[in-house]
Amino acid sequence: MKRVRVSQQEIVFAVFAALFLTFSVFLNGFLSADNMLTLLQNVAVLGILGLAMAIVVIGRGIDLSLIAALAVPAGLVLQMVQNGHSLPASLLAAGLLAIAVGLVNGWLIAYAEVPPLFATLATGLFVAGLGQAALFQLDVVQWSDGMAGFERLGQGSILGIPTSIVMFAIACVVVFVLLRQTRWGAYIYAIGDNPFAARVTGIPSRPVIVLQYVLAALIGCFAGLVLAASVNSMPTRIFNSTLIYDVILVVVLGGIGLSGGRGGVVNVIIGTLLIGTMLNGMTILNVPYAGQNLIKGLVLLIAVITDTLLNPRNEETAQQGDI
Amino acid sequence: MASVHKFALGSIAALALSAAAAPALAQQGLDEPFQKPFREALAGKTVAYVPVAMNFDLTEGWYAGLKKELEPYGVKFVIRDPNWNTNAGAQAVTSLISEKPAVMVIHNPDVQTYAKLLQRAENEGIYVIQINMGSAYRSSAFVGANWIEIGERQTEGVVKACQGKSNKIAIIQGALSAAASAYTLKGVENVLAKHPEIKVVSSQAADWDAAKAKAITQTVLKQNPDLCGIVGFWDGMDIGTAAAIKEAGLTGKVFLATSGGGERKGACELVKNGSFDLDMSYDVPTQAAQMAGTIKWLLSSGVKAGSVKGSEYTTLIPITRENADNQMTCWNLSDLKK
Repeated sequence: MKRVRVSQQEIVFAVFAALFLTFSVFLNGFLSADNMLTLLQNVAVLGILGLAMAIVVIGRGIDLSLIAALAVPAGLVLQMVQNGHSLPASLLAAGLLAIAVGLVNGWLIAYAEVPPLFATLATGLFVAGLGQAALFQLDVVQWSDGMAGFERLGQGSILGIPTSIVMFAIACVVVFVLLRQTRWGAYIYAIGDNPFAARVTGIPSRPVIVLQYVLAALIGCFAGLVLAASVNSMPTRIFNSTLIYDVILVVVLGGIGLSGGRGGVVNVIIGTLLIGTMLNGMTILNVPYAGQNLIKGLVLLIAVITDTLLNPRNEETAQQGDI
Repeated sequence: MASVHKFALGSIAALALSAAAAPALAQQGLDEPFQKPFREALAGKTVAYVPVAMNFDLTEGWYAGLKKELEPYGVKFVIRDPNWNTNAGAQAVTSLISEKPAVMVIHNPDVQTYAKLLQRAENEGIYVIQINMGSAYRSSAFVGANWIEIGERQTEGVVKACQGKSNKIAIIQGALSAAASAYTLKGVENVLAKHPEIKVVSSQAADWDAAKAKAITQTVLKQNPDLCGIVGFWDGMDIGTAAAIKEAGLTGKVFLATSGGGERKGACELVKNGSFDLDMSYDVPTQAAQMAGTIKWLLSSGVKAGSVKGSEYTTLIPITRENADNQMTCWNLSDLKK
């Protein structure tokens, strides 16, 4: 008899579908179009960050500085405009800062050969500290008059769809094209799958790794701008929150293994949908904070255990990525 | 008879003398005997400040206010910034106990973590002033907001705004373990107990995080578009709550009550533009002045640390559209820092 092989992606999708059906049947108001949009809107920023993390994880890395790349450049834009600079100049400065973060990460990992876990942990702390010590007057950078119009990036709607969802969709398309349609995307998969083989076959591994981290930082910066526009301020303290774990969760739950070379945009979307459905359902049910964490943990455990039972590890598959 | 004369003469002479001396005294000035010991009691003393984190309006305001009041007297003002890390805060307090400052000004992240440490500090002879968020241990002084009163007055505002409407309200709490959040909730419950007609459709913690507050409010508003009011627990977080109300096109229809330190950009401006309908301000500069006053009194009195215990609850300023324009209602952090 042939053994049934189910991928983690399919398991998570099944869990998502089961949760979604249960909520739809038993939860009044869950299945309304309005609520569906709210659900997506609430996880749009998380989803965009998931895309950034996915690029890096597919290339067999990890980026813990992503939340700093979200908070500091976006905070810089708000602070500079508050101090009287023009919006385009501020955006340019923020973009350059994000690129710098990505370049430093990439250089440390690709050329200095520092493990990604340590390199990005350090740059993340450095950038967040830089923001607090030198760039911002207060942790929460307020919206100012000079930003007028820019809030449309995260508020309001386009053709009835909330803007943050549209931004997530655009980011999905861009990352999809990049990963699946370009040569650089193919290189990222090759390096993630087997970095040594990739190098032997003549792929410019080091520049590709640098590119990975620059892309991640830029997408992180974009997520930060969407977030700031959405709440009309930039709570830069978000760096100290557990958001980075949620991002890793989205990626891993969606089925992008930390050992690299597998998965794509669809996985991020599935992971994001699962988290979004759980959060939305629990908010409607008015489940208290502690209860929400308990349920989140439980669902994750179920997903991971099911995956282990259906796809037992052997020596070959147990090889972990170089994180 | 002679002695009577002598006495009269002597009295006249004494009167004349004193009359002559009095203007002379006024020209020389009178030494106020208490100011020198006061100055000596303060000069060279160290006051240590441990907020939950710097870089937000409340803690920056207290810092600037204390510095302004204490440093001219030669007080050394040191700061340990745990940056929202409770562990780092406990370590800072522990190391301060061994450094023995004269006074510690402590902003507790929750009611338990520092309680034992603060007791130890007072046993070591260090005065402890707890600010805004107290711990389970009662120290020399508590200076700060009465959270129960804040919860009550916010809820009264919301209940009033709900009259004749759906009577459905939501509560956006802060961090569950923080004294400020738990006490405010108690105040909310006190008022709700008197108003059984009010239905709480959602009561959740957003962890002082604007993005989380926005997400919760969005979902709640989609489920209950006829919601008539929200009790928020901090204006720094309720920027998110207000953004969700605005996005749903319900500004003016959903009454949002919140609380905060009363900084212009974070409070008055947001009340003026309709984001908040009521912001209970505990007026940070006044709080800082009260802390400084307490420190001066404790140091100059020489009372044993831990032998007196008192509280100074802040007189609250309700900020509404009526007084948000008034220069006295809010304060500017940039001015306070000058």
